[in-house]
Amino acid sequence: MIQSQEPQGFEKDTAILAMHGLCKSYYLGGEELRVLRDINLTITSGEYVAIMGPSGSGKSTLLNLIGCLDRPTQGDYLLGGQSVLTLDDDQLSMIRGERIGFVFQSFKLIAQLNVVENIEIPMYYQGVSEDASARRARELATLVGLGDRMRHRPYELSGGQQQRVSIARALANDPLIILADEPTGNLDSTSGADILAILDRLHGEGKTLIVVTHDEQIATNAERIIHLFDGRIAKEEFNRK
Amino acid sequence: MFNFRLKRIIKLGIKSLWMHRLRSTLTALGIIFGVSSVIAMLAIGEGASREAQEKIAQMGSRNIIVKTVSPPEDDTQGGQTQMLKEYGLTYADADRFQNGIPNVQVIVPNRRLLREAYYRNRKASIEVVGTVPWYPEISQVRVQRGRFLTATDLHYKQGVCVVDEGVVRKMFAFDDPLGQDIKIGGDYYRIVGVSTEQAAASTSKGMNARDASGATKAAGANAGAIYIPLNTVKDRFGETRLQGDSSNAFAMEKVELEEIIVQVRNIDQVMGTRQTVQTLMTRFHKKNDYQIIVPLELMQQARDFQRIFTIVLGSIAAISLLVGGIGIMNIMMATVSERTQEIGIRRALGAKKRDIVVQFLSETLLLTLSGGVLGIFLGCLIPFLVSTYGEMRTVITTESLVLAFGISTAVGIIFGLYPAMRAANMDPIESLRHE
Repeated sequence: MIQSQEPQGFEKDTAILAMHGLCKSYYLGGEELRVLRDINLTITSGEYVAIMGPSGSGKSTLLNLIGCLDRPTQGDYLLGGQSVLTLDDDQLSMIRGERIGFVFQSFKLIAQLNVVENIEIPMYYQGVSEDASARRARELATLVGLGDRMRHRPYELSGGQQQRVSIARALANDPLIILADEPTGNLDSTSGADILAILDRLHGEGKTLIVVTHDEQIATNAERIIHLFDGRIAKEEFNRK
Repeated sequence: MFNFRLKRIIKLGIKSLWMHRLRSTLTALGIIFGVSSVIAMLAIGEGASREAQEKIAQMGSRNIIVKTVSPPEDDTQGGQTQMLKEYGLTYADADRFQNGIPNVQVIVPNRRLLREAYYRNRKASIEVVGTVPWYPEISQVRVQRGRFLTATDLHYKQGVCVVDEGVVRKMFAFDDPLGQDIKIGGDYYRIVGVSTEQAAASTSKGMNARDASGATKAAGANAGAIYIPLNTVKDRFGETRLQGDSSNAFAMEKVELEEIIVQVRNIDQVMGTRQTVQTLMTRFHKKNDYQIIVPLELMQQARDFQRIFTIVLGSIAAISLLVGGIGIMNIMMATVSERTQEIGIRRALGAKKRDIVVQFLSETLLLTLSGGVLGIFLGCLIPFLVSTYGEMRTVITTESLVLAFGISTAVGIIFGLYPAMRAANMDPIESLRHE
């Protein structure tokens, strides 16, 4: 098991994510396809980072690596001060559940579960008791403005509402990082703006956000924009507010 | 921690199964029929075997029965049949058994004849048993009312008799048989007792033991029997009679005794004593005019046969369970691929491979266990209907319930494990992308 390092133990501005010389290659028909090359990246607690780049630049792969869904081919990745390279599948699952909150472009809610039950999923795998997780799920639903929709199924909700459920779910275990993959990509501009407002609010509360996006609006809200091109970090911009 | 998990796992499983009610029901049907056919087949097999064993036990497990049989025609006379054919067991045989075999507890020599009996205007064909007062000791015949034959009856060749329930049913529908006179072969016999044949003590326990009334009893017993002192029978009926088959209309035959029943003290003396009886019989009977029946031996044969029968029936039923299991696996494979994205989501949100295995395996187990429970109900219902309407005895043993349920659970685990493992081993990124 992982030596439990409480996420709460991280002060603002300490590096919670550090990548050194990270590479990722896929092998297609015996040919090496280098998707990410020599990524060096440090993200500190409380940062709001946008990752941008044209399609095929390796954004999704980078996101999967950050989210511990995939392992790098080379290089080192420290999450919360702990190297994830040597962890086995179970430990990676643990880390995902405990330290990462995923928000997907297409929401990825489970259709047969209602709003509260969907929010409960990450807590279920962390062994949170039924009562406690139901209570927290209701709190989170209210927090994202779905207090009156708690028994609804995903298909009974609009896209923006579904994405709010997905954000609430990402917050369930109070993770180190919230990873969002094109969170507004499937939404109309109004709903998209709602989601951006929620992300801003979370940032304001001190959450660390990493958002992959094409959305210029998100990019302007973020403190730091990382431009990926051809598997490398091409440019970093800082928005001074 | 595990307990509260289990409850939620079951809840989740029920929820998923409930989503596809029809599919779940159809899948469970395979198990339901498999389990119920295992139970029903074993119950029918067990019933048949118990019936056979009881019939044999009725003959007495400590008994060795020597019966007279008509010997094959011997050709020493040049094809010419004797006018008087003398064969079968004799009183001398009975004496030899009594004096020559150490383990013998009691010996019962019997005459058995089929005769017409008359009471008032009623007539019936019954079996006349010429016997001794201690006949009840070696058989299941018990006096219900009145008395059995006594030593005095035997010694003084009294014209008394004991009738069994079959005779009562046939001839004394309205009268009390005790004290009445029944006429057989020109003589009257006073009825001094009514007997019944009690069921042999069954050694095995049954949950649903039912006797289909009458249908299973031997034809002879059904027709009724009348017990008359042996000496009386010898005196009044004689020992010679017209030979049974019609080709020799004038041939006579002489038989002293139709059977001698030897009872030994201990059940483990049966086989040894049988050997001695055999030796004595071969020494004194050159013609092959007897037959030795050992109920204990028959019982063992019946048991051996039953074992094979059970295995055959059981395997047929097990095959249907197997088919049900394959059906379940098929459905679970479909379910897994249909829910690929859900698996990906759960994996991304922190589910370990083990969690996914448990989730899908518990769904399979819920299906097979509920199928197993329903199968047990159906499996108990079928034998019940069979014995109610089919006049066939069935016995449901606890072992068969445990076996059927155990097999269905094993089927669930075996056929559920592969789809569950497949679900767990899917790449989270791939499955997340799956729409």
